[in-house]
Amino acid sequence: MKPAPFNYIVPTSIDEALALLEEHAPDARLLAGGQSLVPMMNFRLSRPSHLIDLNCIPDLAFIQDNKDHISIGAMTRERTIEESSLVRSSIPLLYEATRHIAHLPIRSRGTIGGSISNADPAAEYPAALLTLDGEMVVRSKQGKRQIKASDFFKGIMETAIEPNELLVEIIVPKVPPGTGFAFVEISRRHGDYALAGIAAQMTLSGKTVTNVRLAACGVGPCPIRLNDAEKQIIDDGLTEKSIQSAAKAAALEVDPETDLHATADYRRRLTAVLTQQALLKAKERAQENN
Amino acid sequence: MPDTIPGYIGQSVPRREDKRLLRGEGLFVADIQLPNMLHVAIARSQFPHARIKDIDLSKALSAEGVELAISGEDILEQLPPISGMQLATPPGYQERVDTDIQIPDQPLIPHEKVRFVGEPYALVVARNRYLAEDALELISTDFDPLPPVATTDKALDENAPLLHEKLGRNVAAILHTKKGQGAEALKTAPHRLKRRFYHHRYAAMPMECRGVVADYDARTDTLTIWSSTQVVHWVSREVANSLGMPEENVRCIAPDVGGGFGGKGHVYPEDILVAYLARRLQRPVKWIEDRHEHILNSTHSRDNIYDVEIGFDNDGRIETVVSDFVVDSGAYSPIGAGIAGNSIAHMLGPYDIPNYEASSKIVLTNRTPNAPYRGAGRPEVGFAMERAVDLVANELELDPAEVRFRNMIKADQMPYSVGLTYRDGVPIVYDSGDYPKALERALEELGGLKSIRKRQKDALRQGRYIGLGLGCYVEGTGVGPFEGATVKIDATGKIVVATGACPQGQGHETVFAQVTADLWKVPIEDVYVTVADTAHVTMGYGTLASRSTVTASGAIQLASDQIKEKAFAIASGILEAGEKDLELRDSGVGVKGVPGMHISFRDIATAARPGWGHKRPEGIDAGLEATSYYEPPTVTWAYASNAAIVEVNPGTGQVLIENYVEVHDAGVLVNPAIADGQVKGGLVQGLGGGLMEEITYDENGQLLTGSFMDYLLPSASDVPPITVIHQETPSPLNSLGVKGLGEGGAIAPPVVIANAVCDALRPFKAEINSTPVRWGEVAAIFGDDPFKATSTTTTPEMEK
Repeated sequence: MKPAPFNYIVPTSIDEALALLEEHAPDARLLAGGQSLVPMMNFRLSRPSHLIDLNCIPDLAFIQDNKDHISIGAMTRERTIEESSLVRSSIPLLYEATRHIAHLPIRSRGTIGGSISNADPAAEYPAALLTLDGEMVVRSKQGKRQIKASDFFKGIMETAIEPNELLVEIIVPKVPPGTGFAFVEISRRHGDYALAGIAAQMTLSGKTVTNVRLAACGVGPCPIRLNDAEKQIIDDGLTEKSIQSAAKAAALEVDPETDLHATADYRRRLTAVLTQQALLKAKERAQENN
Repeated sequence: MPDTIPGYIGQSVPRREDKRLLRGEGLFVADIQLPNMLHVAIARSQFPHARIKDIDLSKALSAEGVELAISGEDILEQLPPISGMQLATPPGYQERVDTDIQIPDQPLIPHEKVRFVGEPYALVVARNRYLAEDALELISTDFDPLPPVATTDKALDENAPLLHEKLGRNVAAILHTKKGQGAEALKTAPHRLKRRFYHHRYAAMPMECRGVVADYDARTDTLTIWSSTQVVHWVSREVANSLGMPEENVRCIAPDVGGGFGGKGHVYPEDILVAYLARRLQRPVKWIEDRHEHILNSTHSRDNIYDVEIGFDNDGRIETVVSDFVVDSGAYSPIGAGIAGNSIAHMLGPYDIPNYEASSKIVLTNRTPNAPYRGAGRPEVGFAMERAVDLVANELELDPAEVRFRNMIKADQMPYSVGLTYRDGVPIVYDSGDYPKALERALEELGGLKSIRKRQKDALRQGRYIGLGLGCYVEGTGVGPFEGATVKIDATGKIVVATGACPQGQGHETVFAQVTADLWKVPIEDVYVTVADTAHVTMGYGTLASRSTVTASGAIQLASDQIKEKAFAIASGILEAGEKDLELRDSGVGVKGVPGMHISFRDIATAARPGWGHKRPEGIDAGLEATSYYEPPTVTWAYASNAAIVEVNPGTGQVLIENYVEVHDAGVLVNPAIADGQVKGGLVQGLGGGLMEEITYDENGQLLTGSFMDYLLPSASDVPPITVIHQETPSPLNSLGVKGLGEGGAIAPPVVIANAVCDALRPFKAEINSTPVRWGEVAAIFGDDPFKATSTTTTPEMEK
């Protein structure tokens, strides 16, 4: 359980990292928190020629308040996000999603950029960012691109980032007043990857739902926006019956697989149950904020 | 026995071991660093079954830092396989149990074919583990895949390929036994119930994987081996035999060991290989098993299929149990027929059942070898039996608790002769205890049967599914053949004890200090205990099978008795008093009733020294030192009743364990805190097996669970509230009154959970007859619509 030989490089600035990436891509890998990459290397399933360690680039770790949105540096630790009062007040869904990520030691090391770039199908952040309508800022030596979450996640551990690009920042719009949210998931053990997880955010104006966004994780190759379920709520409101119908619609629009931990059918069932839970919780919170 | 009036025994003396372990000062095999040490990496088969055509080591040999690379062929002449037949059944066993045992030998590195995913086929010794693993990738192989024998069903097919051609069959052992009329009694039984039960494969999974360091000293021709093992004496004996050295020259030490649970309870090829490499290379050699290797290569357990038929009367009294079961032994069977033998002996549990017949086949498949893991045959048979008892209750619409009470052996029937033979060859007699009381207490702890049933009914009206699960078992503990101990008192007056017991975290240093301090009436600080080192006691057996408190204490007592006799003779001469007037007191020997007449152990030991100045009476040998081997007459019987309340979520099928109670009787508890921890730890492993831990193979014999991503161990946050109640009935078989308790906790949880879930889902007539209990399958019992069963108006009871 020792990695294959690799070259280890520690850039101290973004420009330096981009130059190294340009030079060594596609055989190089970027080391963020290392919570997925290092085990993969120890199994020799990942065998980078060069490991570019991003942990000594101070410009990549920040949480900034920018009027209508929050900017988060890619190397910001999950634990820092969890403890940020700014995140908690302005984009509370991201806070709640963070609470579901693994265990404290892993969150203390793991980063938001690492999680998003790794794009594990069951990871919480991709689903949360899809729900929050987040955007990723990626840079290469050639320049800078901004990619919407809906265009970012492409498949199982596959994103829109090119081999010579570095994810530097995540931009998340602040939530409007009257908004409720929920991130719920079920895993076999506390802290495991979710068998299924649902992120929900909705805005109420009085009793009218003006906006609802739902996304699922763990039930497809990448996070899935639950359009049919959302439509159900927009059309029929938040009655017990419409919430159940939305939940059942959600179960039909996900694309789960059977693995050692759960069958596809069971994952669909969990999607329904969790969608119901998430909608009820988000509704309750939205009403409180109204 | 006035010498053993409890002083330290019965006290929760803080564990001596914790001082070092809690401060990170423990020493595990991986911590051992020796100058010039080399590191081993092992190439392991990716195939479940393949013929080895060629292994080319040339590139690996020329890689950076590599000292040696070998395959099976290179050691064929030097190193014999581990004999499959070394664990013979004792005389007496065959009188009651028909056996046909042909356990295959296990080569250290096979040269003809590999038989399971993870079996070694070559190894590399290099300057460090990184380089050794790099070199492994340079080994080129030509393997000819053979059809895999992936399941016991396939193995028993008459056209099945053979794992071990020499055996001529894929069966390592066949056992059969009968009590009373056996299966015949089914014919006259008013009711019959037949089911198949399956207990899945899971494994010990200690926090510390295995590891071996060996160091050869050419000057003295001695080997020192540090192994993360439960059986140091067995390791040194096997190594000595393999390498042609006297046992005395092969010292094996198990330093701090981070859990064993049976998985480290026998000799593995690596124990011998690393010792061999150290001698061959004349340099210290280290091999540390990583987790992936551990899951592939260290023994797995359970994996039994039971076909059970029960005959019972209208009152639910069980008249006969007929069981035919198959153990998936994997490619070898390191502990022979031990697991199946245990299962056969334990099936009737705490029940008074007149007829019984059991047949078992231990079947060889292309899976990792199966060896005992905490419970060792009892969880498997307990699952079948305790599920069956619930099904009998269902059949007659009786409460499962009531059926248990009706069948249980009563306290006044003790000692109860079962009519079967234990694997030590001795007829089974349950020696002591009160089985119904244990069940009664477990139910009381959960509020009492009536109130539980009322709560369950009320909950159901609200669409909530609450269930009560029960599981009762008995456990033969303190099994022989023997344990050894050496006791010494030197001229400092301190008492030094060494035993063949070989702990993996159980707190032996503390427990045996307590026992010794009480035997000698000395402060515990004056007792020094050494464990798990062959240099300190010539013969030992090891720590497994819930045996050390019984057997090592027995050996310490026997050795102490020998020295006591001498100490009294010497004291008698010095104090000029008759031996009958002497007693142990105040770290020495004194004249009864005469406070001033006393001689300390320091002075007695000085008087006992050989030489001119000795003060020994005529005929008394020099020295205060004795080694004794305790051979227990047979096992002493622990038992327990388990009860748990669960709530099942109809939407998700999740099983929430609200409270889990085990009432356990291990006789006199030497250290109640340690005993509590032992039972709780076992329960957590049982719960892990009941709900999440599972080793999975695909239909081609490929292992699918190669890491902790896929093999789920419960962590602290997954443990439900657990209550352990100790019901202490002293064992009549030993003077301390102790019984073993190492394994108990792990036996019942899988069946308790299954019974509880079925009880909760009674409205659906749910039957879960296999482990682990899967949320997805539980959810499916409620039907396709996840919201239907939660709605208060549509519970099945209401629909009726």
